Amino acid sequence: MGYVIGVIILSAVQAIATTGLALFTGFTGQFSLGHAAFMALGAYTAAILTHFYGVSFLFAIIAGAMVATASSFVIGVPTLKAKLRSDYFAIATLGFGEAVRVLLENLDITQGARGLPGIARLTDLPVALVALAVTAWLARDYIRSRYGWRAVAVREDAIAAEMIGVNVFRTKLTSLACSAALCGVAGALLAHYLMFIQPAMFTGVQSTALITAVVAGGIGSLTGPILAAAAFVMLPEFLRLANMWRLVIYGLMLILIMVFRPAGLMGYREFSLRPVLRLWQRFHGTRTTSAS
Amino acid sequence: MFFQTLITGIAIGGIYALMAVGYSLVFSILNFSNFAHGVVIMLGAYIGYYACDWFGAPVLVSMVGAMLGTAIIAVLIEKLAYRPLRLKRAVPLYFMISAMGAAIFLENLVYVTVGAHFFSYPEFLQQSVQIAHSNIGLLDIGALSLSAVAITGLTIFLSKAKLGVAIRAAARDMTVLGTLGVNIDMLLAVVFSIAGLFAGMAGVFLGIKYLVYPTMGWITNKAYIAAVIGGIGSLPGSVVGGIVLGIVESFVSVYVSTSLRDVFSFTFLIVLLLFRPSGLFGKTLEEKV
Repeated sequence: MGYVIGVIILSAVQAIATTGLALFTGFTGQFSLGHAAFMALGAYTAAILTHFYGVSFLFAIIAGAMVATASSFVIGVPTLKAKLRSDYFAIATLGFGEAVRVLLENLDITQGARGLPGIARLTDLPVALVALAVTAWLARDYIRSRYGWRAVAVREDAIAAEMIGVNVFRTKLTSLACSAALCGVAGALLAHYLMFIQPAMFTGVQSTALITAVVAGGIGSLTGPILAAAAFVMLPEFLRLANMWRLVIYGLMLILIMVFRPAGLMGYREFSLRPVLRLWQRFHGTRTTSAS
Repeated sequence: MFFQTLITGIAIGGIYALMAVGYSLVFSILNFSNFAHGVVIMLGAYIGYYACDWFGAPVLVSMVGAMLGTAIIAVLIEKLAYRPLRLKRAVPLYFMISAMGAAIFLENLVYVTVGAHFFSYPEFLQQSVQIAHSNIGLLDIGALSLSAVAITGLTIFLSKAKLGVAIRAAARDMTVLGTLGVNIDMLLAVVFSIAGLFAGMAGVFLGIKYLVYPTMGWITNKAYIAAVIGGIGSLPGSVVGGIVLGIVESFVSVYVSTSLRDVFSFTFLIVLLLFRPSGLFGKTLEEKV
């Protein structure tokens, strides 16, 4: 049972990080290859605070999110201000991810590449699920607000958005900051579940897993990436795949999705029970046609 | 010390330039970042290694074999991962994701099949010469000269040969070129095979200079950075960018810290982009409506 709970917790944590990236890539249309760096910063900040300074868990998580957000300004302001096109931006985020990892490997306080063991296990199932619920709720609010409206406008046509008065730079930066905060929270939760973190856990591989989950789940959807993230954690466990084949499949999935169904699993829609409800009603005779 | 650092920087810069040129070529035509270029370089290193190992071929022959192999692989990637998107007129973001997918797929395929062992090429040009109190590896001189020859050859090809002119025209406007009766599929196959040739050469050089391992492809992040520094889409820019990056890295490694070298390269990139968003030689990349 503990194993299943562990898988659920990991799925929830990945889902939180993926939701963060979904806000940035899915809804603002910016391809980022370095979001694992924000998870790393959140994880290390929270772990150091609880392990060395006895800070309470909640504050540690918030601090982790704040550090991640602050660092997102470091990468965000120069690159977004310069209006880098998407490829340059992706490369910049890639470099950022690597730079953060190298920094974490070389600072004393993080104990370098050996990692930081002995973190208290403060993330259990209720914590993880509540965090996921709060994340999903906040993300939904973000998307339905003016922020989300502006983000989608920027994604669809940044030039047109600018012409109607949307501050593209500020929209993208806000989106980046929020996504970084969520990834930071996820990292903090991860650290306090695994009880051990090291920089090698937050490489391009992790960033790839995040972006694959967002693309597979559907750019423009919130539930899609959450489901995809959970699937990416659970399926390898069920199928007992070796870790390496997992990445081979991710790569192949990205190509196949782009070629055959760029909209991903959910496309621009959200997971809803209405189709299920319709099927049920048809089956039970309360609905005779497929219309309405 | 200064001169030695400079020479080392130029040497590695030559290889970066080689990587950046192949990458820039695709970018200037298809307007997207071919993230799969790195993995093609890595495959070039492996093919060259196996050519040496299984057939006992001399290193230079293996290099030619590797170049042909990577040319084929590059064309295959184009046909399978990019062409469907091109026919659907997909946005560059989708191309990037597909390229990323190809890179991850191939890199990890090598990981699970061949394994993570580091391979090394047989001894080749490992001696160095003394010029003005500095040691310069013969291999580095060889790499630099071959890079220079290749890039010059490419420039001549692009300006004089009919196919080269067609490629430059495609960089301007591919759709119109299609209406003029040029076979775009064939043209892109040529472009990608040229990029593949360069990738194979770079891969073998990297394999000889360092080692052969599955994640070599990530070194090409440097190629991307070099291309961005020089100005994506500009071939001379990529060369300059590669050499500049090599020199900057060399100086940082010697005078500051080796482990923070990548952080510095990245910071250098960011600072440069703040002041010259289109790189040193790039055209201004603001979209026009």
